[in-house]
Amino acid sequence: MTDAPVLLSLQNITKRFGPLIANNAISLDLHRGEILALLGENGAGKTTLMNILFGHYVQDEGDVCVLGDDGALATLPPGSPGAALKAGIGMVHQHFALAENLTGLANIRLGTEPLLSFGRESAARAKVRKIITESGLDVDLDRRVADLTVGEKQRIEILKALYRDAKVLILDEPTAVLTPQEAEGLFVVLRRLAENGLGVIFISHKLGEVLSVSHRILVLRAGTKAGELVTAQADRRAIADLMVGKTVAEVVRVPAAPGKILLEFDNVSLQSGGRQALSRVNLQLRAGEVVGLAGVSGNGQSGIAALISGLAVPNSGAMRLYGQDVTRASPRDLVNAGVARMPEDRQHDGVVGTMSVADNIAIEDVRSPAFSKMGLLDRKAMRERATAAIAGYDVRCPGPDAEARLLSGGNVQKLILARVLERDPRVILANQPTRGLDVGAQAEVHRRILAARDRGAAVLVISEDLDELFALADRFLVAHAGEVSDAGPSDGLDRGTIGLMMAGQARPPVGIAS
Amino acid sequence: MSLRLEPRDNASVGLKLGVSLAAGLIALLLVAIPVLFAGGSPLNAYGLMLQGAFGSMFALSETLNRATPLILTGLACAVAFRAKLWNIGAEGQLYIGALAAVCVGSGLLQLPPALMIPTVMIAGFLAGGLMMVIPTIIKQRFGADEVVITLLLNFVVILFIQMLIEGVLKDPMALGWPQSVPLIAEAKLPKLLPRLRMHWGLIVGLVAALILWLMVRKTVLGFEIRAVGENKAAARFAGIPVDATMLKVALISGGLAGLAGVGEVAGVKGYLSSDLSPGFGYSGIVVAMLAGLSPIGTVIAAVFVAAVFVGADSMSRATGISSYIADLVVALSLLCVLVGSFFLRFRVKFERRQVEA
Repeated sequence: MTDAPVLLSLQNITKRFGPLIANNAISLDLHRGEILALLGENGAGKTTLMNILFGHYVQDEGDVCVLGDDGALATLPPGSPGAALKAGIGMVHQHFALAENLTGLANIRLGTEPLLSFGRESAARAKVRKIITESGLDVDLDRRVADLTVGEKQRIEILKALYRDAKVLILDEPTAVLTPQEAEGLFVVLRRLAENGLGVIFISHKLGEVLSVSHRILVLRAGTKAGELVTAQADRRAIADLMVGKTVAEVVRVPAAPGKILLEFDNVSLQSGGRQALSRVNLQLRAGEVVGLAGVSGNGQSGIAALISGLAVPNSGAMRLYGQDVTRASPRDLVNAGVARMPEDRQHDGVVGTMSVADNIAIEDVRSPAFSKMGLLDRKAMRERATAAIAGYDVRCPGPDAEARLLSGGNVQKLILARVLERDPRVILANQPTRGLDVGAQAEVHRRILAARDRGAAVLVISEDLDELFALADRFLVAHAGEVSDAGPSDGLDRGTIGLMMAGQARPPVGIAS
Repeated sequence: MSLRLEPRDNASVGLKLGVSLAAGLIALLLVAIPVLFAGGSPLNAYGLMLQGAFGSMFALSETLNRATPLILTGLACAVAFRAKLWNIGAEGQLYIGALAAVCVGSGLLQLPPALMIPTVMIAGFLAGGLMMVIPTIIKQRFGADEVVITLLLNFVVILFIQMLIEGVLKDPMALGWPQSVPLIAEAKLPKLLPRLRMHWGLIVGLVAALILWLMVRKTVLGFEIRAVGENKAAARFAGIPVDATMLKVALISGGLAGLAGVGEVAGVKGYLSSDLSPGFGYSGIVVAMLAGLSPIGTVIAAVFVAAVFVGADSMSRATGISSYIADLVVALSLLCVLVGSFFLRFRVKFERRQVEA
């Protein structure tokens, strides 16, 4: 592989954001026909590096060099996406840049031709067709992008880059939005593109897919190059350690010792947006037990989360906390009663982006004597709590006064964990607790949840990730079409049964009482 | 050369001040063009304006007298806008506040000034506050847009006031002029200095600005208002009572506008008429925006706007250039500040394209 000519070379790229060094003297070479994986935790500097390469950011030091038509490496002017495009660098962002109201073909042509161009469509179509045949990127070019699936939109994005004669294709977290089958399809395409001579940079924090698709792996950690290895010789464990910089302890779950019922739903029904979100749901959360709620998204999980968060009131039925009725309790009532809630959409519901880290950590408790006296905020106490939380939960941020919007997704989740777990809650709702988090952060969140369980908290984990549920849950519930059925203890339960119940096909095992 | 925009993490206070100042200067430069067309010399005109606004104790008093209601309506808008409650009804709240002052202070109660003045003020605050609380409740219950309700209520209020001052509140001693019965002497705000119109309402405005500034930074209520204004979903999730907080904001906002009305009646005119306010409520929106919704900035912006109007009047008398130039200065300042806010969010970089070796 390494005998192939170098297509792209990054030389000692350094980029600082204020006191934070996002990239510290990073160098990499990409060869023709190679798939290079850029692996790292959230906030390791992967996206920053690619944004410099593509000209969205200007590096403080270092050069980006691309193989020119004359066979020599030429330095790209920094901060010019136009120059990067012209030099044959194509980028597929995590969030697509497509005009939803235009067809796939129109999106591919967009920006490549003068404003008034007639009769060129057939030529363009022929070129795209040829690319499709060569790459296997099959997609209907004449449908509006709005009507395409996420996977198809991604294909349009890749075609867009190839149509502009990309020599280097950069994909930023391409599988984050794909189903496992779609992701497999993408890998097939990428391998084929590489065989045809393209250089591919594949950004990811998922170890498994990196191992299956790449030729070479570059690991970034905290802005520096932590290691570079050939995939065929790489060991999963070693890479994980390189990524997080320390040995990742496997989370071990000891058997639960369920105590008394802390939170109980009694025949709860909920209407939301004109449809029946929950119908006659019964569930019990016991002290010292993690209950996993599995289900395909949109089968009533958000209704249960809204009820436990105090954001909705059931249309019928009752909700009891420690035996007391909390059916109509407000979010503040529940928080004060010792319920910890982690929202599904943490950026939207979890933090006020324009307020500081300290403010966001104190937000549930501003009225408590810990943070205010006679209506006046105790800024010192808030800052102290935040400083302790930043250290204790490893929230990476410039400090307690930094605005929360500057934090990455994983760090926002750690902030929320610090906020809710430091109150020593008795009931915990963890809704998609590790969605979008990297390995290190995931293990940390799991460890914290299990530690809370061992202290006697009752935990409900809602997740679409079965691996996560099997790692955490002592008992399984499955949501389907607004009904929740009990799948029993997780020991001895197999995925097949859960899968069938998620599809609404199987009855719960008989004879298992909650 | 190429021009690049990079988002800023945080804009410093100095930068914010600099942008506001630059916006004001650019507005003055732009207004120089129509002044030239009107046959005047811009430097001369601005000199006269400055003199007319600050050139003598009398001019200063007039400027501050004009700034007094603008400070209060500006604060009314600033506090509401921070919570994303769009109060466009400060004008109506001002009139209702003034009406409450007249109802309470024209002889119904007989108290010594030390009690009478606070009573009149509280009445005006509550009346104005109620005028904003009601639209807010309607918004929360029925989802009706508060912009439309508060805006239209301004006209309802002014017609209601006209009805009253032509009817039950009409002053029989006013020779047929449509104005209300006057306030009793005990209810009137004392002047700050003899023979000048400046009155204690100015102190009320300054204290209100200070209190709001402290409230935003130091109090739980200020914290909750910020959270609700900046991310309602997260505030609700974290247990902040969003509706109750909004109602508090509405009460404060409408109340401050009501106080502006009290000041005009009890500090300047002595009675209520339908020309009490030449649009102080609407100008409050401009003042709040010029100030970037900061309470202390609102005081500065109110004095600026007042100075432009007072100075332009005086300049117009001396040069014959229309005093509408004042509206132009204020409007262009607002536009410049809005453009300037772009530079607070983005950093503009000029850089030489690197030429390949």
